[in-house]
Amino acid sequence: MTERILSVLVEDKPGVLARVSSTIARRGFNIKSLSVGPTSVEGRSKMTIVTDASAVEQVKKQLNKLINVIKIVEFNPDATLETEVMLIKVSTTKETQTPVIEKATLSNARSVDVGTSSAIFEITGTATELDKFQELMKPYGIIDMVRGGRVAMQGIQS
Amino acid sequence: MDKLTGAQLVIRSLEYMGVSTVFGLPGGAILPAYDPIYDSPVRHILARHEQGAGHMAEGYAQSTGELGVVIATSGPGATNLVTPLMNALMDSTPLLAITGQVASTAIGNDAFQEAFTTGITMPATKHNYLVTSAAEIPQVLLEAKHIATTGRPGPVLVDIPKDILNEESDWIEPKIVEMPGYKPTTIPNPKSISEAAKLIKEAKKPVLYVGGGVINSKSNKELFTLATSTKIPVVTTLMGRGAFPDGHELSLGMPGMHGNYSSTTSLQKSDLLIAIGVRFDDRVTANPEYFAQNAKVIHADIDPAEIGKVREPQVPIVGDAKSVIVALTEELSGIECDTEDWLKEINSWQEKYPLQYKQDEDGPLKVPYVLDQIQKLVEKDTIVVSGVGQHQMWISLYWKFTKPNTWLNSGGAGTMGYALPAALGAKMAFPDKLVLALDGDGCFQMTCQELITATTENIPIKIAVFNNGNHGMVRQWQKLFYNNRFSATELTHHTPDYIKLAESMGAAGYRITKPKEIEGNFMEALAINDKPVLIEFVVDPDEMVFPMVPAGGNNNNVILSEESYGLDHD
Repeated sequence: MTERILSVLVEDKPGVLARVSSTIARRGFNIKSLSVGPTSVEGRSKMTIVTDASAVEQVKKQLNKLINVIKIVEFNPDATLETEVMLIKVSTTKETQTPVIEKATLSNARSVDVGTSSAIFEITGTATELDKFQELMKPYGIIDMVRGGRVAMQGIQS
Repeated sequence: MDKLTGAQLVIRSLEYMGVSTVFGLPGGAILPAYDPIYDSPVRHILARHEQGAGHMAEGYAQSTGELGVVIATSGPGATNLVTPLMNALMDSTPLLAITGQVASTAIGNDAFQEAFTTGITMPATKHNYLVTSAAEIPQVLLEAKHIATTGRPGPVLVDIPKDILNEESDWIEPKIVEMPGYKPTTIPNPKSISEAAKLIKEAKKPVLYVGGGVINSKSNKELFTLATSTKIPVVTTLMGRGAFPDGHELSLGMPGMHGNYSSTTSLQKSDLLIAIGVRFDDRVTANPEYFAQNAKVIHADIDPAEIGKVREPQVPIVGDAKSVIVALTEELSGIECDTEDWLKEINSWQEKYPLQYKQDEDGPLKVPYVLDQIQKLVEKDTIVVSGVGQHQMWISLYWKFTKPNTWLNSGGAGTMGYALPAALGAKMAFPDKLVLALDGDGCFQMTCQELITATTENIPIKIAVFNNGNHGMVRQWQKLFYNNRFSATELTHHTPDYIKLAESMGAAGYRITKPKEIEGNFMEALAINDKPVLIEFVVDPDEMVFPMVPAGGNNNNVILSEESYGLDHD
């Protein structure tokens, strides 16, 4: 299904994330990813919300009704820079340690902690790239995994 | 100047905002705020239940178009307000709820009477606040009022912990600073207006489909000018009754599930819906797939989220109803639409499919008959307040509303028990007007304790209870769709004894069972003004509301009567 990425500028106040997620739940919208973090302006946070293209107009309108939501920008899917971070802990043995690290290196993942029976990698990339790396590690045994949610920015128009 | 406590700041803020009446019920966490009320010119009405207090504030707000204010304590006090808040949200009623909270140091500890009020009410309010210092109280309350009364009106809750109510601070003059995330669009885009005008000029079968937005923006006069200058007929939704005078040749009344045939059918056969301050509610559209299939749509609303939510319009207009209507009228500059044939067609339906009921001289009483009779006995600007169910639909069908804000009911939420407390609120706003609650017996039993409030606070409302001994609307559905299996709908005609109940609560009571008893008793009841009056009408439990389009059905298939149930009227 086609998706849309929304960048939502909000007031950095307690409960704002709850308001946004409550609105999304209350209206039955399907949300694929939501991430939140500070901006360069004090008192402002930015959320990146990935939703179905079919629901995007209503999602925008309903979120806009929230008093703490300042601005919503829908990104042009063809000109969006998007990235996500993932930490993944993979089981290793004497035999598999080297191939696991090799594959990780080839995938542009960084080993952040390596032990005798497992290794932790950090990788950033698009959601698809992260999915691919996860598949690649799966045969060795994924012990733990965490993804940071997708963040996006409109590309520079030439 | 001396410092004030948070509690004093609350009451001082209410005075500052021009609030003259509040409805509420004290308790532990809100207790500090009740001390300064004792000396304040703000009148406090002590309700018997917070839900009642909330509906009173709503009745005050619905009848005036101004802010209604309700105060409650923490925990159950606040949760009892959830229904009125949700009700006010659904019907876009400006409401300010102030609730006590446990001390900020105790929040999160499951303290006595602690509830996560801002969390619980988040989806039931337009916005809410948890106050964290006494100094911010005036500013938060003014902002809350601003949010509640502007844009699309709605309820705003302000939750104040007890230690903040006791904390001292200077009075800091509040002012509406720009809120970066709240800038309602009121003035419509001129391009949309000219596009709309173009469609109106081309239309052969236009209908003005108007609702609560017209009442909220106080634009009934402007609507009248637009409709009469263009000769476009007007359909008023349940929330829009009174926005255009019933009895006028262009007035078609309520459409939808229990709308009258001509009103519903005019939308179905229309080629252009000029929808203003309406939200294409399912009770109007039935199955949207079959709704007004041949019509283009101009949809004007102050809430952009309503536009395209149910029906994608050809011309979307964001703006408040008054500005939109004025702009449209100017743009059309006196152009009269060629609606003669269209009005004739509508008129033929009105003649062929009028509202109908049969009243035997000896009873049992039929609600439509009673409504026709008592309408003759009261002033045109009487404020009529309704509960939810059969009686509500009958009032909307049979009562001739000629002025806005004279019809108060729970439309979107369908909150049974609304009538009596809402009538109290309206009577506080209009002490010199007749405020007539017309309630069902099922509804009345939900909030009847507020009759005590009416007596003790000396608010002489009139309440008619249509006693059919049943949850009538549910019974009607059981009759039509559940093979007469009357599961859990019987209340009985006899218990309670409404006359004794009224008298025990300090009100006068009348019982009317036959047509010939109506006028004398009702006039006698109207003459009583030193206490509330309850007038019980014992009515026929088998009478059903028609016309009807079953839920999710097709508005082309209006069921006109019990006899014609199942027949297809084209």
